[in-house]
Amino acid sequence: MAAGAASGGSATTDTYKEARTWLLLPAWVTLTILALAPVFMMLIYSFLTKEFRGGVIWEFSLSAYDQFFFDRGLFGDEAPKIEWTYVTIFWRSIWQAGAATLLSLVIGFPTAYFIATRSESMRPVWVFLITIPYWVNLLIRTVSMKFLLRDQGPLNDFLINIGLIDSPLHIVNTNFAVQLGLFYSYLPFMVLPIYAAVERYNFALSEAAADLYASKWTTLRRVLLPAVKPGVFAGCILVFVPSMGSFLAPDLLGGAKNFMIGSLIEEQFKGNAGNWPFGAAASMILLTMVLIILMFSARQQAKADKAGG
Amino acid sequence: MKHMIKSGVATFALAIGANAAAAEGELVLYHWFEYIPQELLDKFTEETGITVTMDTYDSNESMLASLKAGGIGTYDVSVPGDYMVSIMAGEGMLDTIADGELKNKGNIAEEWADPNFDPGRQSSIPYQWGSTSFAVSRDAYEGDIQTTDILFNPPAALQGRINMLDSQGEVMAMAALHMGIPQCSTDREQLKALNAMLQEAKQHWASFNSDTAKEVLVSGDAAVGQIYDGFAAKAREEGANVEYAYPTQGYIAWMDNVVLLKDAPNRENALIFMDFLLEPENIAAVTNFAQYNAGVNGVSDFLDPALAEQPEKNPHANAGPGVFIEVCDEETQAVYDQIWTNLKK
Repeated sequence: MAAGAASGGSATTDTYKEARTWLLLPAWVTLTILALAPVFMMLIYSFLTKEFRGGVIWEFSLSAYDQFFFDRGLFGDEAPKIEWTYVTIFWRSIWQAGAATLLSLVIGFPTAYFIATRSESMRPVWVFLITIPYWVNLLIRTVSMKFLLRDQGPLNDFLINIGLIDSPLHIVNTNFAVQLGLFYSYLPFMVLPIYAAVERYNFALSEAAADLYASKWTTLRRVLLPAVKPGVFAGCILVFVPSMGSFLAPDLLGGAKNFMIGSLIEEQFKGNAGNWPFGAAASMILLTMVLIILMFSARQQAKADKAGG
Repeated sequence: MKHMIKSGVATFALAIGANAAAAEGELVLYHWFEYIPQELLDKFTEETGITVTMDTYDSNESMLASLKAGGIGTYDVSVPGDYMVSIMAGEGMLDTIADGELKNKGNIAEEWADPNFDPGRQSSIPYQWGSTSFAVSRDAYEGDIQTTDILFNPPAALQGRINMLDSQGEVMAMAALHMGIPQCSTDREQLKALNAMLQEAKQHWASFNSDTAKEVLVSGDAAVGQIYDGFAAKAREEGANVEYAYPTQGYIAWMDNVVLLKDAPNRENALIFMDFLLEPENIAAVTNFAQYNAGVNGVSDFLDPALAEQPEKNPHANAGPGVFIEVCDEETQAVYDQIWTNLKK
């Protein structure tokens, strides 16, 4: 991904050249079967006819995409208008994931900087501490988060006890709770790539900038940030992409009152709707959007590298 | 999605495991979460030497989805609700139990021996039955709760403190009772009114959740929860000051059933298991655990005496009728799916 550019590799000689095919075979087979085949299957399903109560009929149909983009009224017999329902759901997901990414960046960057500036022996300890909560299953962590935030939970008890508020803050079942949940779920994905970039950063550059009378702010903005940008990019993508498709946090912390992309897709397969082609089409549209974002960021990255190099 | 893939992998693993173990005496059970005591499964293994493998699901629809995605031929029995038995029969997913194959079939209580969702009990036996309505915190509200207005047109004290089941069937059936319209209505004016009513009601709801329907009442996060009778009783036992309502407009009745799946890899063992669950003592153990009701004669001797006294089990004199969830045809269901999407968009 984008971080790969940071290693700035000159070509190395291939030590394992003769055995390359055989050594790569397991990886290729695994990737093809486990990563590509399901996606390809979904692509095909999205163009098939839906079978009532789940399943597909092997006849070509565009009705899944039609349902996504055109509104034909409650009974499906009105003149088609543009369908805003799913656009709204996608926009909500982008907005929630974006807010969670920003929150992760604001908290994650200083954290990563802090860890990278510790002594060499202490750095692994801090990284270790960051990852400890993530040994626990995501579901358990999201449920615990709900216990912590709810009206009669410890957070509200604490704020009331110290006299900061009089009545509990309603956090659970709001959009803010979802953002908080996503932020908490994916924070290490922000911290670790930025840490890796800052650790490789040559701090002599900051000193040189200071010697040339750059303020601390200018040094951060014009020296440190450009140097660690690949790490920041990678972190943002690693938080944003899974946040977009997540359905645990919206269901548990947001109260499942409004569909996000993840829960909309889940409903097509697991819920009453049982509309597999539509679920597949929504997945494909999500996948396309993510690909566009990734390609855009990769191009920006390439441009930046060219300008820098 | 993730769940689908996971269950797909589980199915694959099970398929291998089940085939290998078929000769040794295995049973592969696909069951609801938290719905059978482990001791009962242990007892079954002890008596018959058949080992039990169990996977769980959290809704009738997700069970149907994973069976459709390749679970048929993997599992021996599953436990669908009443309307889902008809759907599965219609999909050709059930095997027929021939006369005389179940020696305890005569134990089935008369009122459950010939239900319309499985005439003559060709493929199923009763598991548990009960009701779905809602429970109200008596700390939050002291007024009359025997009306569906509590869910769909709530008094000020309860607004914003309502948890609904995250299940289209149960929400729509309750809404139909509230409005006094048939469940699979095809009348356009009624459907438009239903859509509008739900939009209005949603403003007063805090969340949709089925898995934590009991927990939100115990923790006090919700003051009203759409819930099954046994779950409401458990919430009360866990300290929530809640009362279960039997609205005058009516409530949802349901029965879960053990069905013999088509292409069951261990058909013989599945029948042994069904006979086992038709023994009053065994099915009573399920009832004592889940706190619903058994559909088998002679269970009363084995039941916890406190169960019969539970207010959740005893509808008051003015309670409306208990109605089963109906299965809509494809065209009608499409409209209900649209209403559900509108509700959650």
